[in-house]
Amino acid sequence: MLDTFLEALSLLGRLDEHVLAIVWLSFKVGLSTVTLATLIGLPLGALVAVASFPGRSIATVVLNGMMGLPSVVVGVIIYLILSRSGPLGGFGLLYSPPAMILAQTVLVVPLMAALTRQIIEDAWREYANEFRSMRFSLRHTIVSLLYDCRFSLVVAVLAGMGRSLSEVGAVMIVGGNIEGFTRTMTTAIALETAKGDLPLSLALGMVLLSVVLVLNAGAYNLRQWAMRKYG
Amino acid sequence: MAYRIRRLILPLCAALFGTLAQADESIVLASTTSTDQSGLFGYILPRFEAKTGIKVKVVALGTGQALDTARRGDADVVLVHDRPAEDKFVAEGWGVERRDVMYNDFIVIGPKTDAAQVKATKDVVDGFRRIAAGSAPFISRGDKSGTHAAELRFWKTAGIDPKAWSGYKEAGAGMGPTLNMSAALGGYTLADRGTWLSFKNRQDLEIVLAGDKRLFNPYGVMLVNPAKYPHVKKDAGMKFVDWITSREGQETIAAYKINGEQLFFPDAKN
Repeated sequence: MLDTFLEALSLLGRLDEHVLAIVWLSFKVGLSTVTLATLIGLPLGALVAVASFPGRSIATVVLNGMMGLPSVVVGVIIYLILSRSGPLGGFGLLYSPPAMILAQTVLVVPLMAALTRQIIEDAWREYANEFRSMRFSLRHTIVSLLYDCRFSLVVAVLAGMGRSLSEVGAVMIVGGNIEGFTRTMTTAIALETAKGDLPLSLALGMVLLSVVLVLNAGAYNLRQWAMRKYG
Repeated sequence: MAYRIRRLILPLCAALFGTLAQADESIVLASTTSTDQSGLFGYILPRFEAKTGIKVKVVALGTGQALDTARRGDADVVLVHDRPAEDKFVAEGWGVERRDVMYNDFIVIGPKTDAAQVKATKDVVDGFRRIAAGSAPFISRGDKSGTHAAELRFWKTAGIDPKAWSGYKEAGAGMGPTLNMSAALGGYTLADRGTWLSFKNRQDLEIVLAGDKRLFNPYGVMLVNPAKYPHVKKDAGMKFVDWITSREGQETIAAYKINGEQLFFPDAKN
């Protein structure tokens, strides 16, 4: 156990461009996913929090429940849709980064929407009367609340990024773990574990953890700076 | 604020998706974990790509899964090792131009202590009987791979129903994870030599039986039928089929070694 760990540390010292390319792809897929999921998930979460419509509590429960959506299930469903014999097969997207981004977006949107709903609902309770008296439209209300809560919403975005970078089930199935094309940090770790190369998979795990920590530290600092500047 | 975000996000999306799109000519090769994880593709494919400019994207699965992927039209070329399943695939019209490529052999792996005394025999069916009579478990791939199909044929020949035996465990995983499990449980398993040679977490495992001619493990290549799926990259795919069975391709396969040991033996009929 200790030997494996020490060997993993020594491997970190000689990360080649090959590994860096894998890290870069993970990063690109993660960032694209989170960008898309932010554009969909945040307004969706805010809508469920603010709008009154029949079945709103059901929508809340479904959103919360879907936070635990198994990534493999999403992977299989997106696989069947994107497969050449599936409904969107004509685009030939299977085994490509856009397919991975699509699957991860489906995975991450409920997570970000559920967290957003919670944050916005708390703020809404405070401002509801004020907004009503100003006769804000639904759209205006959502935009204002999202803007007001922007520092808290960083948490939702970070959670989405974390899930995207760390999940392996969906990207493995729709990406195919193709070397130099769709191999990400997590699928590379799964592969090296399968090959019995535990030190290398542990080293890759440390890289993954570092990337996530750096991102979080960056977001934390950005938030501190922005709060000082804009209050 | 909203406009500012929009101005920022749209170019960002464009930049990200833009770099992800690839224009190079490429084919998808559905193949097995044994060929990919043994490092063979890492060795021979760069030579093919340098010669033809065609990028080969390998999706490594079990043989059964690789054939299913091709049946759904999600691959251009298939390279697998389960002759009966390959013949069925061609007979059903999913694949064309099937050719022999190479072979290696299966080996029985077990703990060094060899409680079931498999080392005492050279006959694979006898070895399987000894394992089933012993107390150490047998870890099966259980994933419809070529290795799994071969293993089931040996049980059948031995007249044993492995599922009726409590020591029989189905991993439902690739060769590597199955070996990891055998190492952890001190059990026996059937493996292909290529994966074994490149496998690093051996612990107390070693080869307990090899050399029976029934352990012969041939690989075949075929093009997914373009008549079934018009999007199949017929020309590029055929270039790969032709190259891997050509003299140059065959010599490259023979030249791949781990610790001086040759993993795959070319046997295309030119």
